[in-house]
Order: sequence, then C-alpha cells, then structure tokens
Amino acid sequence: MNIDLEAPYLPLVGKRLRQESSRDDRIKLGLMAVIGLYLVVALGAPLFIMLSKSLSTYRFDLAAFEFQVSDETGTNWGPVVAADALNQKLGVVTDEELVSSSDGRLAATKFFPDFSFRSPVHYRIRGTTADAAFLAGPTLEKGTEWRDYDSGTFRRVVLRPASSLGLENFKTYFSTPALARSIYNSVLMAAISTVVTISVAFALAYGLTRSCMPLKGLFRGILTIPILVPSLLPGIALVYLFGNQGVFKDWLMGYSIYGPIGIVIGSVFFTLPHAFLIILTALSIADARHYEAATSLKASKWRTFTTVTVPGARFGIVSAAFVVFTLVITDFGLPKVIGGQYSMLAVDIYKQVIGQQNFEMGAVVSVILLVPAILAFAVDRRMQKRQVALLSARAVPYAPKPNAGMDRICFGFACLVSLFILGMIAMCQIAALVKFWPYDLTLTTKNFAFDLMDGGGWAAYGNSIKLALLTALFGSLVVFAGAYMVEKTDGFRFGRSLFHFLAMMPMAVPGMVLGLAYIFFFNNPANPLNSIYGTMAILVICTVTHFYTVAHLTALTALKQMDPEFESVASSLKQPFHRLFFRVTVPVCLPAILNIAIYLFVNAMTTVSAVVFLYSTDTKLASVAVLNMDDAGDIAPAAAMGMMIFYTNVAAKLVHALIARGLLARTQAWR
Amino acid sequence: MRHAMSIEPTPVSNARGAEEAHTPSPYLEITDLWKSYGDFVALRDISLTIAKGEFICFLGPSGCGKTTLLRAIAGLDLQTHGTILQGNRNISTLPASRRDYGIVFQSYALFPNLTIEQNIAFGLENTGRPKPEIASRVAELLAMVGLSAQGKKYPAQLSGGQQQRIALARAIAISPGLLLLDEPLSALDAKVRVHLRHEIKALQRKLGVTTIMVTHDQEEALAMADRIVVMNHGVIEQVGSPTEIYRHPRTLFVADFIGETNQFPGKVLPDGQIEIGHSAFCCATEGFAADDIVTAVVRPVDIIPHGADAHAVNAVDRPATPQNLIDAEVREMEFLGMFWRTRLTAPRLGERSLVADFSVNAVRRLSIETGAVIQVEIPRERLLLFPRGA
Repeated sequence: MNIDLEAPYLPLVGKRLRQESSRDDRIKLGLMAVIGLYLVVALGAPLFIMLSKSLSTYRFDLAAFEFQVSDETGTNWGPVVAADALNQKLGVVTDEELVSSSDGRLAATKFFPDFSFRSPVHYRIRGTTADAAFLAGPTLEKGTEWRDYDSGTFRRVVLRPASSLGLENFKTYFSTPALARSIYNSVLMAAISTVVTISVAFALAYGLTRSCMPLKGLFRGILTIPILVPSLLPGIALVYLFGNQGVFKDWLMGYSIYGPIGIVIGSVFFTLPHAFLIILTALSIADARHYEAATSLKASKWRTFTTVTVPGARFGIVSAAFVVFTLVITDFGLPKVIGGQYSMLAVDIYKQVIGQQNFEMGAVVSVILLVPAILAFAVDRRMQKRQVALLSARAVPYAPKPNAGMDRICFGFACLVSLFILGMIAMCQIAALVKFWPYDLTLTTKNFAFDLMDGGGWAAYGNSIKLALLTALFGSLVVFAGAYMVEKTDGFRFGRSLFHFLAMMPMAVPGMVLGLAYIFFFNNPANPLNSIYGTMAILVICTVTHFYTVAHLTALTALKQMDPEFESVASSLKQPFHRLFFRVTVPVCLPAILNIAIYLFVNAMTTVSAVVFLYSTDTKLASVAVLNMDDAGDIAPAAAMGMMIFYTNVAAKLVHALIARGLLARTQAWR
Repeated sequence: MRHAMSIEPTPVSNARGAEEAHTPSPYLEITDLWKSYGDFVALRDISLTIAKGEFICFLGPSGCGKTTLLRAIAGLDLQTHGTILQGNRNISTLPASRRDYGIVFQSYALFPNLTIEQNIAFGLENTGRPKPEIASRVAELLAMVGLSAQGKKYPAQLSGGQQQRIALARAIAISPGLLLLDEPLSALDAKVRVHLRHEIKALQRKLGVTTIMVTHDQEEALAMADRIVVMNHGVIEQVGSPTEIYRHPRTLFVADFIGETNQFPGKVLPDGQIEIGHSAFCCATEGFAADDIVTAVVRPVDIIPHGADAHAVNAVDRPATPQNLIDAEVREMEFLGMFWRTRLTAPRLGERSLVADFSVNAVRRLSIETGAVIQVEIPRERLLLFPRGA
C-alpha cells in the first residue's frame, strides 16, 4: 500500500499560519534586540569603521588649489597659479611629503618663499573642486570661491589632504621592510612558543592524569598562577633575571634577553595555563577500557601512548595550540617590555598609533593581525565540530597505577615547571620590595609609592578595581542574558544565529585591534555615543566585549545542561518566562555565572592591550601603569604594581571560592 | 482504500464510524492538519475528533509524527496548516501560554532547585490565589499521587517513578481541560512502568480529564487507552478501541505494529479461498477479486495446535470442524515463561516458516517437542488479508 500516492498534497491556498505572539515573545524579542544592538555597537560597527580606515588614504592634491597674489596695495591681483605648478617650479614639497594622514596639514606659505607676514601683500586661495579643503586658522574652508587673506592671516592657512579608498596603505606597508618584517617575526615567535608550550603542557597534563605522582592539587594551583598576572609581568621578571643587571645574565652565553629569547620564555609563561587546562580536560576524559584492551592485546607502553592516549587528546591538543598561537601573536604587553628592537605586529600597532599618530597605518597592521587570528579561530571551530564524543555514558574512568620510575619523572618535571613559574613571580616580588636590585637588597616600601611616579599612582589601582567589578557585574549580566536568548528561545532563527556569530567573534579579535577600532568609532564627534569616549563606561564596554566569547560559551554550556522542556512546562502552567528565569534558570546556573564573573574580573585586572588606547587621565589603569612605569624606566615600581594586580586577583579568587561555597550551600542544596 | 475484512459481522471496521459511535460531545477537533519541515512532511492531512473525558493514545514507531502532533496541540510547534478547536474555541494559532492544558514529558522536566512542593505550586502561584489555598491544594495533589511524605525533598532525591508522579501532579495542579503526556513512562524500568500505568489511568478516570498520551509501546497503549490513534509516516493509519485495533487492523502496518504477525504472500482464489505456497486456504475474501495479490497475516497466538491427529482432539475443543489444517514440523522451541514460542515448517506453506505461540498446557498435553510433526489449524476468521503493493 502506497500512502504517498494516495494522500492529498498540502493545500497551498490561504496564508501560512503564524502563531499569535505572546507577551513573553515580545519581551524576549525586545531583549534580544537590545543585546544584539550592544554587540553591533561594541563590536561590529567599530571593526567595520576600522576596516574602512585601513583602506582610506590621504594625499595632498596640489592641483586642487589655486593662488593669486596682489601687489603691495592689496588691490591689483597677479596671475592665477595652481599649487602644483608652483611646486614644479620651486620643488618645495617632495612626493613623499604629499602622502599624508587624516590629520595631515600643509602650510600654504611653503609655496611662497619670499612670504613675510608683515608685508601688505594680500593672498587669495580657492579650490578647483568642491571637495578641496583648507584651514584658515581654526575655520575649515571648502569649495571654489576665492577667499582673501592678508599676509598675517595667510600665515595660518594650511591645506588639507584629499581622501580616497584603495589598497594604497597596504602597498606602503608591504614596501616598508621594517614593518613587513614584523609579520615574519610574529609568526615565528608564535610558532616557537606554541611548540614549546604545548609540549610542556602536554607533559604536565599527562603526569597529572596518567601517573600517581604526589601533590597533584598543589601543582594544578601553581600552574594556573600566570592567568592572574598581566603578560607584562613575566617580561619584567625576565629583565631582572637575565637583563643587563640580571643575576643569571651569564646563562644566556652572550645572547640578549631583549628580543626573541625573552619573548618565547615570557610567552610560554603566560600561555602555559591556557594550554595546560585544555589538554588536562582532554586527557581527563579517558576510558579505562581502551587501556585494558591495549594491555590485553599486549601493546607496548609506547604503542599504547601513540594509539590510545594521543589520539584521544588530539582535539584538545589542536585546540590548545590554536589558543596559544593566537595569544602570542596578539599579545602586546610582553614584547613591549622584553622585545627590545625585535618588532612584532601588536607592538607596531601601538607604535603607529601612540608614537606616530598614524591611525591609518595602525588600522592596516590591525587588519593584518586579524588574519592569523581569524584563521586560527576558523580552523579551531571546524575541528571542534568534527569532534565526536569519545566518552560514552558507559565509559569506565581511568585510574593510573603506581609506577615508581614514571611517577618520579612526572613529579620532577612538574617541580621544575612550578619552580619556573614561582621563580618568575618571586623575582617580581623581590624586585618590588628591595631598594635597588641587585646592589642594595634592603627591604623598602618605596616602590609602592606609586603617587610619586608617572602612570597614575594609586588612583590607577582604584580605577582597575572599579573596572574589574563593573566588568564582572555588567558583563555576567549581558553575557548570561544573551546566551539565554540564543539557547532558550524558539523562532527568530536568523537573528539568533547572527547573535551567536557576533558572540563568537571577539575570540578572533586581538585586544589592540579592538581598542583601535574603538578609537575610530567612538572618537568620531559625529557618533552620538561620542560622549562615553574617555570615560570608565567605554573601558567597561571594551573589556566585556574583548572577553565575551569564553564567557558566552561558559553560559551556553550551563544552559545546554538544563532540560529543554522547562520553558514548555512553564508556558503550559501559564507562567511568564521571567519567573522561570529568576526562580529556576538563574539559581541552577549560579555556579556558571559566578565563574563568568571571576573570569571577567581577573581579565579586566590584567588586560592591557585594548584599554591602552582608551584610558584617559581620569581613568588610568593599574595594568597600563605597569606598562608606562616600565617605559619610563621605573621598573621596580612597575613590578610592584604588577604584584598588586596579582594580590588582588588572588584575593578575588578566594572571595569567589567563599561566595561560591556559601551561596551554593543555600541555592544548590538539591545537588 | 481497501481494507482487510473479517468474518465477524458486527465490529466497526471504519474509524470514522467508530468515532461517531463514541463521541457524543467532541472536545478537541483537529481538521486538515499538516506540518512540514522544508520538503519533509511530518504530518499529512490529520483529522481527528476527541470526546470529553477520553483517554487517547498516539501510537507509532519513532518518527511517525505522534510527538509532532502532540506539540502542535500544545502550541509548542505550530502546524503548517490546519485548525484545532478545543471546547469550541479555535486555538490553532494561540501561543502555548494561552491554551488550556497540562503537560508531562519523558524527562519529567522537574525544576531541580525547587522542592517537590514548590514544583507543584509553580503553576498555582502568581495567579492571585491566597497562600493557604495553594498549600492545601499542593497537599491534596501530593496525597493524590501518594507522595505526601516527600513534599520537602528535592526531585533528585526521588526515584524516577516518583518524579514522574510529581510531574503529573504539577501538570494537573492548574486543573487543565486537557492533559498531554509525552512518552511519560519510557524512561522508567519495566516494573515501575506497569505500576504507574495503572495509577495514571485510575487518576485520569477519577478526574475525568481528557488525556492524550504519546507512546511507542503498543502494550502501554492497549492497556491504557479508550481509543488508540495508530500513526505512521505522518498519517493516521487507524483509530479505534484497543480490541478493534488488535482484532481488525485496517492496514498491514497496523497488523504488524500491534502484536506479532506471520506474513505470507498469497493470491485470492474464487469461492472464499486463497492460495499460499501451493495450497488453498479458507478465508474471508470479501472486498477482493479473484487473482488479487495479497499478504495473508496470522498472529502466532491464533494458531491452534492439534497434536498428531486433529479430529480426535477436536471434538472436545471446538464445536465446528476445523478448517485450514496443516501438518507442521516443530523446528525450534523457546520457553518464554507464559508460553512456548515455536518455529514450525509446513510443506503446504512453502519455504517460509510459521511462528506459533502455544500455551504451556497445550504443549504438555499434546507432547509437542522439537522434531515432532503436529497438526495445526489456521482459523479461517483469524487469517487476515491485505492488498500487496505492486
């Protein structure tokens, strides 16, 4: 019997049915629009503006200006001459000088070598096109009308460059060897650091999951310490250890720590926890039955390692590798402190923008820096999708058996790495507390007298705490609400996937790039949000956006573990969604929300890269103070401030643990 | 559409006829309901009427559209086309929160951070009821599902069966006009399932609430439902009481899905006979023409054993002369506790073997054992015919 042939076809008459929207649907839609708008304003639009900036070139178009000079009476005018004709005759402006930036200015008097501001001669200037612009003092003039100035005013007439879209900036970038070299340097440093970090992290994670070495908990704690300090700090520690006055300078056998060596060591330090945690997770989900099968098949230890252990963790390893690569290539603090003359992309952005005020070139470097980050991100996402659950519900957890030799090697290695991490922190601690390393080791607190140094003093530290608290509060709110909208609403499928895409994007956007994009977007007087530029608000928005993705994924994971039918039950019981949200969803997800909050807090304390472009005199930050004090040569106070950040983060972690325990005892009694 | 006919004269073989007989006052009326996901049609032209107070089971294999239909009724997945009336109110496009039903899911979906009492009270609060009234209603519901002592516990502290009863109590707390149960027993183990089956049915009778349950378990459907809606590939194959569905399946799919079947290819002969293998069998052939190609179906439990000599035993057992007697050799026997499942081969049936279930009693009485050759009867009225697709 063939049903398909007998059954009628779907009637096409009439409109497609649409569900009447409930109040809940409208509120949800509104909320989603608000948070979506937040992501567009805080991420999409600034990046877009930055991209267009990188394609804008500025050049003085001399053919667009014409002059006329009077005699001494100021009434009889001479012949009309174009600026480029004058320049051809006189050669006062070279071709290179014609290439300019958005801020470029060219004095009109350059074209008149015998100009004197006391002479009674009058000058006229006009554009040959409607777009030709020049400034007379502060007033912007445009167009083809003649404008008349006495020589006193003409002294203050400057030409403005014409802008055009094109790849000119990129051509300039790649034809400047000093700049293009950074690409090679950055990729090389990131690659070397990745190989070293992943090897070390894998060995550590292997030891912790596959051996019976003692003190596993302690090692886990020590290995996560680098997350709590800014990436500048290992740089400072390295300066003290191996720098020109370093105690262990001889160990480098004549090589300088300032440059590739320092960058790699420092990068390994600050990326190790990230790689370690990812690989540890990958190795923890091991099925003992695979190992039993390998043993029963008489596989050697090495063969078991290469056929069971490594393949089981390969997605974790790849994922960790991409994370490390991206972290190193986009990091700015470390190469700034320890990089010396070795140029890196992220530092180039800083130099172009802060040093040379060349925003267009900064944008170009940013776009170039986006490429490897986005590439790494895209490949990682693909890998994640291919990953299948290796661990079935029936898996038997693996419990390592004691093996004296193996355990001793693992323990020794973990001690060595811990020594490295603790050594770096201890070095900074000592540097912060002694008078003059290494010559006068008497203890002092003078390095903590930040108010006597450049960088913002104790106020900067206060600002950092304020930023971290606001970011944790505001961030967890936005992130959790956003993840809830993505995960727990039906309909608006397109809107939801667009939203999810925007939420995933910050992972691939380096902090420097985000910061620069914010300058372009928010520092534009035409932008109605211009008023938040230079305030704490923009720092909070930027930091939340910068660390959005990890927080979003944490929230999503927690929400995915909730029964998808809760919403259906609540609506069948005629309860509004916010009642379910506050009585069930939030309490159940509270541990995840607290994790998001502490993650945002710690990162807001340590971040430098995005905020370095955005702080103002009123909103200086501790992490930026570390950078600026180091720049000014006040290395010991920089170390001291770095340690203040470390103490704060340790304290925050402790408070988090306490709150989590206290709060969870009340709200998670059901667990 | 042609359907299998049987010899018994009275039972209704037409589903719509059955509905009219059962439904004096329709409560839920579904008309021309379609649901498609892109090119895939999940529900195809579904029309169904359910009376007030009825217990209906949607039964079918996974992917047949039964849950889709339930979710359309609940307003959780809007249908592509079609109307749904509940108590004469058009609810076709209403959002879930403005419809009138309680729902219980396979996963229970109890709120893990709320106590049992708070779970049940969830739908009662926020409705302007005074607190004492809510408390007494919760106590009443807890007593109803027999879990009065557990009110202060959290869901995770209860067993699966207890959790499902709480989910049921929460659903009926708001006294809905319609109770929807989405595979409520599937996550439970066999014993609890059977026990809870009775409890749900008893509770439903007591409350008189119109109930729709989705299940893929035919035994559950047969035991609980007033009427069963058998679905396959997004269409309703048959609607009827459990006995109707079992005795008089309208399609081969229903016959095969409810209970077990032996199936033989056959050809209709004149004079109320069909040809299976190379022999003729008596059978009700109404609705078929000679030379029609059919599938003949007989259930294992309907096959009657007669030992070595049928006529000797027959006089005691059955009044009429047995028809369709065949010699069969017992190839395999499997003891299943309540009965023996045997695999027989009979030269008259051709290549295919015949599965028959014999009572423990009959096996002992007739000394049936592996290798024995016995006579079995395929009762004329139990041999069902279905047209075979080209």
